[in-house]
Amino acid sequence: MMAGPPNGLTVYVPRDSSALSVGAEEVASAIAEGARRAGVTLTLVRNGSRGLYWLEPLVEVATSAGRRAYGPAQTADVPSLLAAWRNGGTHALDLGLTDELPYLKQQERLTCARVGITDPVSLDDYLAHGGYRGLRRALTMSGAEIVQEVTDSGLRGRGGAAFPTGIKWKTVLDQGTRRKYVTCNADEGDSGTFSDRMVMEGDPFVLIEGMTIAGIAVGATRGYIYLRVEYPHARVALEQAIGAAEAAGYLGADVAGSGKSFHLELRIAAGAYICGEETSMLESLEGRRGEVRVRPPLPAVEGLFGVPTIVNNVISLASVPVILDRGAAYYRDYGRGRSRGTLPFQLAGNIKRGGLVEKAFGLTLRQLLYDYGGGSASGRPIRAVQVGGPLGAYVPEADFDTPLDYEAFTEIGALLGHGGVVAFDDTVDMAEQAQYAMEFCAIESCGKCTPCRIGSTRGAEVIERIRAGVNRDENVALLEELCDTMLNGSLCGLGGLTPYPVQSALKHFRADFGVRS
Amino acid sequence: MTLDSTTLDTLITIIDRLKDKEGALLPILHAVQKALGYIPPEAVPVVAERLNLSRAEVHGVISFYHYFRSTPPGRHTLHLCRAEACQAMNARGLQSHAKARLGTGFHETTADGAFSLEPVYCLGNCALSPAMMVDGQLYGRVTPQRFDAVIAEWEKR
Repeated sequence: MMAGPPNGLTVYVPRDSSALSVGAEEVASAIAEGARRAGVTLTLVRNGSRGLYWLEPLVEVATSAGRRAYGPAQTADVPSLLAAWRNGGTHALDLGLTDELPYLKQQERLTCARVGITDPVSLDDYLAHGGYRGLRRALTMSGAEIVQEVTDSGLRGRGGAAFPTGIKWKTVLDQGTRRKYVTCNADEGDSGTFSDRMVMEGDPFVLIEGMTIAGIAVGATRGYIYLRVEYPHARVALEQAIGAAEAAGYLGADVAGSGKSFHLELRIAAGAYICGEETSMLESLEGRRGEVRVRPPLPAVEGLFGVPTIVNNVISLASVPVILDRGAAYYRDYGRGRSRGTLPFQLAGNIKRGGLVEKAFGLTLRQLLYDYGGGSASGRPIRAVQVGGPLGAYVPEADFDTPLDYEAFTEIGALLGHGGVVAFDDTVDMAEQAQYAMEFCAIESCGKCTPCRIGSTRGAEVIERIRAGVNRDENVALLEELCDTMLNGSLCGLGGLTPYPVQSALKHFRADFGVRS
Repeated sequence: MTLDSTTLDTLITIIDRLKDKEGALLPILHAVQKALGYIPPEAVPVVAERLNLSRAEVHGVISFYHYFRSTPPGRHTLHLCRAEACQAMNARGLQSHAKARLGTGFHETTADGAFSLEPVYCLGNCALSPAMMVDGQLYGRVTPQRFDAVIAEWEKR
């Protein structure tokens, strides 16, 4: 930890956009101003968020026993906070030592180990907290050895598809010495997900390091991060971090003195949800409409500009440095079944204690919702939980004891996806949610295939008729048939998975559609 | 209509600065929208010619992406989240309130030109729902009361 100056204060106020959304900037300014007036020497660190969002703005102060947390802090609290810090007094917002907060202490933070702890854009801080150790080790290995390490770790694509990352990398590696790319899909558009954002805002170097390792492994010399335009704060953090990594020789023509080159560029998306689909993202990076490509060929064989390309999600790539640093077995020892390692779950929606919970696969949805989340924010019973974004199924209470792993969720007809968990209380109208799922698909469809382009609009209309009580039984049968067509006939996951929220709502919450269960 | 000479100069400077990038069209369109606030339809043939694309291709890209706009925005752009995590925390009620308070619908600009109201599908602030963004500044836990307070503050700017 950074030591404060003698008789001075070291205070941490997050620069994370969620913290800013509830007043962190104002609190930071008030602390700086209050310290200046009192003649206190202040070191103000703008860290990422610890991910305990219901406590934001969460302010920390360095003490001899470790960092102490106070929150949620508002500007009006600043004078009394400063007085407590200077005189060692008590304060109503005092939460104790940050590391001892149960929500945080019980987590297994591998990928998000530094998020909330370091100054996100300080390369020195990154290096002081174990940064670039993974790359150092990778540079002593052959490409095939690096790929084998990632394969052995059991890491699977964290964007939602859960395809083994090492296998994908091997395909790219095996394409010989052609021009290749590493691309990071940072178009985190799923509602209820924010772990990509937290990593990019709170520890951007770990993503840069992961992409650099990927490039070194498969022989790619250029990388792109495709970042959603809705994340301006992540953009600033990434630009600063890329600049710092270039200046220090961690990116560029001679990566860390290895003689190998890797150049990284940030590209900004333009608000199309479909560009979270990998081939659509590649089209967009090439400067075209984000229309889905027919596969095969796989991007690993013919990707960006027709050459072999790694396409990975932020969390997948950000998990690579710890795997290379600590070894495949260390990572693989977390988790259960075929779901190895950890997943940064995101608790969102109508939940009392929303935030980031990085845990090994295997805890149950109920543990996440109640032990961590504390139940609904409204105090009413949680009735439905959408897991895995807008294309994920609505899970009813009867399935809350399902362990969070990829296969267990497939068995109950749901998806784990990117680990987003959105809770709804008992005021939710599930037929309305189903209609929204179809409407969202209609708005975001790229238009290339008919089941998605037309099916989504017809689907919304049919659900509207069911809700209005028009030929209900016939329309329910029609909706089920339409879902089947979209599921089996769509080119990609948008049309192919939109039936998940619709069918699950219809199956588990039939009364909301006015039909008998 | 044609572009005035200052706008044309801005446009050509942007294109020439970025056109040699791989996949240059999106970076160029972003830069144009940042400089001008929107992408004027008259800019389409200029971009197309200098990138050796057809006008249809450039127009097709602009119209595909929700973020690009072909009309001037209000002084401020307000993105209101419509997605599920916000729905679970009364986003539908907030939408109705916002439309009534501003006297405008989605994709429209208020009569006084102060705000353009745009829907957005997730701002990544899902643990502090409902969320909105004004000119890149994010707000969480937006109750109708907080909405009014934020709007009153931005109206002065």
